[in-house]
Amino acid sequence: MNAPVVDMRGIGTCFGRRWVHRDLNLQVTAGEMLALVGGSGSGKTTLLRQMVGLLTPTQGQVRLFGQSLTGGNRIERRLLRQRFGMLFQHGALFSAFSVFDNIAFPLREAGVASPEEIRDLVALKLAMVEIDLADARHMPAELSGGMVKRVALARALALEPELLILDEPTAGLDPDRSEGFVTLVRDLHRQLGLTVVLVTHDLDTLAALATQVAVLADQRILAHGPVEAIMALDHPFVEHFFRGERGQRALAANAPGAQ
Amino acid sequence: MSAAEPTAPQLELLGEGRVALCGHWSHRDLTRSIATLRRALARLPRDTHWDLTSIGRMDSFGALVIWRAWGRTWPPHVALSPVVREALDRVAAARGESLPPQPRPRMTAALVLVGEGAFRLGRHATDFVALLGRIALDVMALAGQPGHWPLREITANLYKVGVQAMPVAALVGFLIGVVLSYLSALQLQTFGADVFIVNILGLGIIRELGPVLVSVLVAGRSGSAMTAQIGVMRVTEEIDALRVMGVSPYVRLVLPKVVALTLAMPMLVLWTSAVALLGGMVTADLQLNLGYGFFIQTLPRVVPPSNLLLALVKGLIFGLLIALVACHFGLRVKPNTESLAAKTTASVVSAITLVILVDAVLAIVTRRVGVPY
Ligand SMILES: Nc1ncnc2c1ncn2[C@@H]1O[C@H](COP(=O)(O)OP(=O)(O)OP(=O)(O)O)[C@@H](O)[C@H]1O
Ligand SMILES: [Mg+2]
Repeated sequence: MNAPVVDMRGIGTCFGRRWVHRDLNLQVTAGEMLALVGGSGSGKTTLLRQMVGLLTPTQGQVRLFGQSLTGGNRIERRLLRQRFGMLFQHGALFSAFSVFDNIAFPLREAGVASPEEIRDLVALKLAMVEIDLADARHMPAELSGGMVKRVALARALALEPELLILDEPTAGLDPDRSEGFVTLVRDLHRQLGLTVVLVTHDLDTLAALATQVAVLADQRILAHGPVEAIMALDHPFVEHFFRGERGQRALAANAPGAQ
Repeated sequence: MSAAEPTAPQLELLGEGRVALCGHWSHRDLTRSIATLRRALARLPRDTHWDLTSIGRMDSFGALVIWRAWGRTWPPHVALSPVVREALDRVAAARGESLPPQPRPRMTAALVLVGEGAFRLGRHATDFVALLGRIALDVMALAGQPGHWPLREITANLYKVGVQAMPVAALVGFLIGVVLSYLSALQLQTFGADVFIVNILGLGIIRELGPVLVSVLVAGRSGSAMTAQIGVMRVTEEIDALRVMGVSPYVRLVLPKVVALTLAMPMLVLWTSAVALLGGMVTADLQLNLGYGFFIQTLPRVVPPSNLLLALVKGLIFGLLIALVACHFGLRVKPNTESLAAKTTASVVSAITLVILVDAVLAIVTRRVGVPY
């Protein structure tokens, strides 16, 4: 497994006549926790959608685990898709399914686990994201915004994928849950050797989780490296994002010495 | 990936009651061999010596399979690495909690279902009346302030439900006219009563077929669209957003639809009936050699003009009904896709049923109007 988990080369994205990305390169190696940061509208969500094959870039190619999402036969593609999970910015729970069925869905589709095992696994996933088992019969419309996020995370984790893609996972969570979420992802990372790509505006999450940071600005990956290296960068966005008062506070609290 | 690869999960019997599990025990790696492994695990006795140290990656599913094989308790002799122990611990910890049971259907369920159905019907009726009341109140409030009428929305809706429906209405009308004329001509020819085709087509199409045909078309085309639009706006909380801004969704969403469809329907009825008569006339000419001139001259003589008025009134009533029913169901959509689908179906079915019911009532009430002889 020497190939990078995510390998995007020469990506160009054009909506109408506006270029969102131009000649963008991004590699994520196994076991990394990469935080993708960038201004609002800089194309982070778009990049994630291209990563998982929901959107085909205008130019360039995307490979996951060394495989192209469009290459290979149907079964290979399906197995490849089981190797990553995605948490959407707005949850994207199936509104016609209960919480339980939402999380059970990928397991049922895979057709490996028996019904009793699925029940246990769903209970386990719900416990992971700190959702009461009593809420399992609720419909997504009956959940609070933060709960939707957590159930969606549980669904993304259902198959315990090797690559977890998170679009603003902690937005809308209270600080406590946010911290719980960070701990959860860290645990999973350790246990399963997860690779995580996350988009976040939350510096606390970033500082606590990310081993690597990629800055998306000026239509490309401006810089990619450890947090400290990125912080030293001389760019208006970085300046504003990390070195504002808010950034300093978050980073100081999560500095290795502080823990 | 072949089974011989070291990552594939395996169970090795080492003899003397010793067993080693190796490879990756994760959901993806287990996909191929799960049945065989389950069987092999089930055959092992409780006092087996388990060696789990050479397991590579293990996820909750792998841990769960082993944990269940152990009967959900730790076996007496087991060697494992910390990571594997942690995975098993997690699975073990989740034990004991079980999902709240789903309510079981009871013997009285059928009775409850009937009762609920009756109540639901009652709620529909009261809500429908409430909707009418809201619209009436909003219209009264608007009466004093002509600047606040949602004219743009009304015209936009008029275009959508009226103008854009014209091609399909014409096509359907023309074909129905042709078919009706052809079948009638066949029968009339055998009696030598050719000229009466004008009576049949004129009365049938203008009085009955035109309005009902257009209603069915419009209910399927525009009614469903209205329900779906309002429904999706409910799902995405757009209606709540309107309310919060102090904009009445009844004025902004419901009223334009109702007004537009009420106005558009009589015109559509007129248009469709005309095209259907044209189809009938063409066929009559081909089939019975009844000239166009004769057809056009005879029509007003055998079909009293009050029938046209009746058709227009029917169009008005049906349009009003379809729009109201569509909005009624749209506002009842619950925020999930299932409900959206159900309510859209219900909207179309109810609208068509209601139109036909009202048409039957009207047929009785107006039995002395516009019928010659
Ligand atoms: N389907 C689309 N059609 C046209 N333009 C689009 C489409 N999707 C995204 N865009 C544009 O691409 C740009 C990037 O959008 P994207 O959603 O990726 O931003 P983002 O970085 O995720 O922002 P945020 O942090 O606010 O979520 C935006 O300017 C958006 O207007
Ligand atoms: Mg986004």
